[in-house]
Amino acid sequence: MEHINWGLVDWSRAQFALTALYHWIFVPLTLGLSFMLAIMESIYVKTGDEKWLKIEKFWLKLFGINFAIGVATGIILEFEFGTNWSNYSWFVGDIFGAPLAIEGIMAFFMESTFVAIMFFGWNKISKKAHLWATWLTAIGTNLSALWILTANAWMQNPVGMKFNPDTMRNEMYDFWEVLFNPVGVNKFIHTITSAYTYSALFVIAVSAYLILKNKNKAYAKYSMLVAAVFGFVSIIATITTGDGSAKQVAKYQPMKLAAMEGLYQGQKGAPLITIGTPTVRNNKNLIESMNDDIRGNNQMEVRVKGIEIPYGLSYLAFSDPDAFVPGVKDLVEGNAEEGIPSYQERIKNGKIAIAALSDYKKLKKEGNEEEALKKLDIFKQHYKDFGYGYFDDDNINELIPPVALTFLSFHAMVALGGWFLLFFVLIYFAIMKNNIDKKKWLLRLGVIGLPLGLLAQEMGWITAEAGRQPWVIQDIMPSMVAVSHIETYNVIITFALFFIVFTGLLIAEIKIMTTEIKKGFNN
Amino acid sequence: MFEALSYENLQIYWWIIIAILGSFLVFLLFVQGGQTLIDKLSDNEEEKTVIVNIIGHKWEFTFTTLVTFGGAFFASFPLFYSTSFGGAYWVWFAILFAFIVQAVSYEYRKKKNNFLGNKTFEGFLKFNGYAAPLLLGVAVSTLFTGSQFSVGKANIIKLNSNLESVISQWESPWHGLEALWTTGHLAFLQNILLGLAVLVLARLMALLYIRKMTNNPNILDKINKCLPRASIMFLVLFLTWFIRLLFIDGFAVKPETKEVYMQAHKYFNNFIEMPLVLIILLIGLVSVLFGLYKANFKKDEKAFWWTGAGVILTVLSLFFVAGLNHTAYYPSTYDLQSSLTLANSSSSRFTLVVMSYVSLMVPIVLGYIVWAWKAMDAKKIGIKELEKENEKY
Repeated sequence: MEHINWGLVDWSRAQFALTALYHWIFVPLTLGLSFMLAIMESIYVKTGDEKWLKIEKFWLKLFGINFAIGVATGIILEFEFGTNWSNYSWFVGDIFGAPLAIEGIMAFFMESTFVAIMFFGWNKISKKAHLWATWLTAIGTNLSALWILTANAWMQNPVGMKFNPDTMRNEMYDFWEVLFNPVGVNKFIHTITSAYTYSALFVIAVSAYLILKNKNKAYAKYSMLVAAVFGFVSIIATITTGDGSAKQVAKYQPMKLAAMEGLYQGQKGAPLITIGTPTVRNNKNLIESMNDDIRGNNQMEVRVKGIEIPYGLSYLAFSDPDAFVPGVKDLVEGNAEEGIPSYQERIKNGKIAIAALSDYKKLKKEGNEEEALKKLDIFKQHYKDFGYGYFDDDNINELIPPVALTFLSFHAMVALGGWFLLFFVLIYFAIMKNNIDKKKWLLRLGVIGLPLGLLAQEMGWITAEAGRQPWVIQDIMPSMVAVSHIETYNVIITFALFFIVFTGLLIAEIKIMTTEIKKGFNN
Repeated sequence: MFEALSYENLQIYWWIIIAILGSFLVFLLFVQGGQTLIDKLSDNEEEKTVIVNIIGHKWEFTFTTLVTFGGAFFASFPLFYSTSFGGAYWVWFAILFAFIVQAVSYEYRKKKNNFLGNKTFEGFLKFNGYAAPLLLGVAVSTLFTGSQFSVGKANIIKLNSNLESVISQWESPWHGLEALWTTGHLAFLQNILLGLAVLVLARLMALLYIRKMTNNPNILDKINKCLPRASIMFLVLFLTWFIRLLFIDGFAVKPETKEVYMQAHKYFNNFIEMPLVLIILLIGLVSVLFGLYKANFKKDEKAFWWTGAGVILTVLSLFFVAGLNHTAYYPSTYDLQSSLTLANSSSSRFTLVVMSYVSLMVPIVLGYIVWAWKAMDAKKIGIKELEKENEKY
């Protein structure tokens, strides 16, 4: 498609990435802190110990500051599907709209109603009713994550739908398949438990800071203990489901897996790279190769070198050390031995599907039902490659995600996850031995844990989303077809506005938050 | 149970749900109205804080209703979502910006070291307070006056045309803002009138709500002074818009051919041909008038509920005449046949059935909202009461 306006597609993607990454600075804290608040308040109600109320109220204040900006950055995301991805909204709105609506009806109202009670209801309702409100806020926030992650997982593995040629869109035929999409279930658990991990890191970082400043040490240690246990359980679940995610990516999005591992040439018994650097063969450095990434050039030239675990990738992806893992080359050029079709073939199939659909519409209009149905059959046979039909042999490179970016973000995330596991154990034992005050190094690591946790969160999303390019709907709809047709400058203006507003609000949030943290548990 | 409904009835059922969400949204805009009044009704910082806290306990309901309205529209009528949001880009983004800055402002306004300063956050509240009702009113008015767009569902497979494969195409470079100056059939006048009417209504409802919720004599005094003027302004603006609505040509659909054509007095006819909707409208209008009478002459706190219920019923009836009885609810003046109707823009039958089951949760949601609302509004709020609270905006 020569007439594609790449500027528009790139700016629209940039705007979505910007708003999503900003939103995700705050969401994981809301998801995890809400449960930690519920746990702390439960201890208070059960024991009647005022100490826990004081602890709860301190974290509640920080929760509130974070919650407000999470809401502010969130509203835009839902509407962006319409404003910037309007073709997408019709093409799959029949399936994708449902989880968004359910999120509103089921989760947002619960969250917003009870969060108001949680903040302002202390003197208005009984202790027990307040505890209920706190738990319901936590459940509400996590339910909203369930529905939006179900929606996201569906884009990665579109199930429960079929194409209706008369309405020219995909329609849902099985709701449970959409809800219990294996990718969705796994993604939900992986994402929320990673969010809990990050929240635990937040609580530990704030507490470590207070201990370092010699303030409210006892309260800080209690908070830390709750966070270390909560964080340890969460990171175990995150790692387990992360492993599950890798297996699903191998199954449903092999190109993403190849990019995550920087695997160019597929092989049996493929090794797993632990630490490595991507380079571009024509001697470009990393920065240049990242630049190439953005426009999809040179992806076939990216190679990764590093320390390998033999058979690791085959085992990770297929639980079989000898399994064949396809690389970028196998997927693009095809591998007859392994039964992998080339992108050229898939492009051809996609074009056949599109042409057959076009003929079907024409014949149907002319009243030639019989011939029309024949065309429809051809269309159905080739629909699984529908999206490839929008590409041509000379822009095959556009079908490869940014390899270096995906590789680096994935490996950063995994390495950080491993560190957090060890870190929670260290914190736990230091508190139990009651010598954490003396371990200044551990406390400082605790403070650094906060930005590291955020980094891991964002890297996870970059792996998932950059790694699936160019697909908005895997194999069915590329981002260039999904985009709204508006003059590019409109999107550049809104991008700039979001950038300025969100950055301003973020600075305000950080300043308010640090001011409140410095006050400690005393207020 | 929903499986038994015909496709057409499911579409109507979902239009009713959209109408309910839309009418509650208009009612809840009193939060926005209140935000425009924080200076006008107060003489000092303490009084201002009283007002901010009274309306601030409710802002999330308005916000959530807007988000759910969007989500429900997406799920039930995705072509509207695609056409209007992707086309009237600037109207929707202006509304969304207004809500983005609102969401942080209550929480951050009084916090120490808040970077932008108290006045900026108050400015955000006012911006949201004016822009949201005004623009939402304009957007709703275009359901009757039309917009400039074209739709071609099959465009997505046009690989070799000069056009890109765009399903919905907005035909004005102003992307929705043109609703404010489109001169054809005096559309701009109608759109702006409804925008202003919704804004004045939001302020009027805020006066009634704050009066119900505070015991501060100075604020009460100021409210009582503002009320008559706000009541009259609202009635003049709304009735001018409404009476014109009854006389303009509407976007009708021929039931047999699905062809869209202009019909004289279409919306007036819709009220006559759907007597139930007419009754809803009349009860709504009477309830609004009764509420305003109670407010102005009896100083009755229940006036908020009378007026509020009247607003909900009136807006419901307006949504019904916009979409039911063979009417195109999102008309295109650029290409009549591109106009959106319930039939050509809805989700599949299967999705509507699924979503109908989801809609059964709405009464539960309403139930806990009523409980929470009552719990929060049990006591009046004044300067003294706020002094005792640790947690406040």
